[in-house]
Amino acid sequence: MDGTGAVVTRDGAAFERLARAELPGLYALARRLCRDEAEDLVQECLLRAFRAFGSLRDQDAGGGWLRAILTNVWRDRVRSDQRSARETPIGDMADFSLYRTLVDEDPFPYSDSLHLDFLATFDADDVHAVLDRLPDRYRAPLVLRYVDGVPTKTIARLLGLPLGTVLAQLHRGRKLFEHELWVYAAERGHV
Amino acid sequence: MTTTNCREAVRELWRFLDGELPPDERLGVEEHLERCVRCCGELEFAQALRGVLAAQRAEPMPADVRARLEQFIDDLE
Repeated sequence: MDGTGAVVTRDGAAFERLARAELPGLYALARRLCRDEAEDLVQECLLRAFRAFGSLRDQDAGGGWLRAILTNVWRDRVRSDQRSARETPIGDMADFSLYRTLVDEDPFPYSDSLHLDFLATFDADDVHAVLDRLPDRYRAPLVLRYVDGVPTKTIARLLGLPLGTVLAQLHRGRKLFEHELWVYAAERGHV
Repeated sequence: MTTTNCREAVRELWRFLDGELPPDERLGVEEHLERCVRCCGELEFAQALRGVLAAQRAEPMPADVRARLEQFIDDLE
């Protein structure tokens, strides 16, 4: 065992290669999960991964292994909030449809593709800002599923939640995301 | 013939696109889409929204952050 508590059973260079190769993806995921503490989240992930590197059997699966550790670190940090926080009431928003709102309000008259025109007004920073407005419990499943492509069952395992809870959070997260896109656009005079 | 209505179909569109609906519910959404133009618009919009989210994957890492994290990795060795 070395000074960091790691049981070093593998070539340290192998860990370094894996960690360096996966850094951009880890950092991007961390930014989506917790914008302001992303760097700190990645550091804690790397430390945990280094200590557990000997347990990684398939090095080709190293990327997914690191992302799972990162998600676990994030989950541990917000777990107390998730347990203590009440379900965010979204009321009428449960059935909010941005598409219907766009069709009814028609901010782009004479356009046959008004829904796509609306989305084209958002650049990557805008979308990031909208995602940031969502509570952790809804943003995390949403970005894991639709940005990182993690299967819903895997998200449930990573977050330590029942599948039904994740499905409900995904539904609420999608509706909140749609609603916040509309609010964000209205605040900037786009609609 | 299933009896999926607009509210139910719209609620399940993302899971429909995910391929995560049970067969009977998937069939219900498919049959509804065959006869509801408005929900086909919802489907097209849901696909576009998913594209907007997927595009977030490409966020670059600032050079100074990368340098600090690489130093952190080096210090682990």
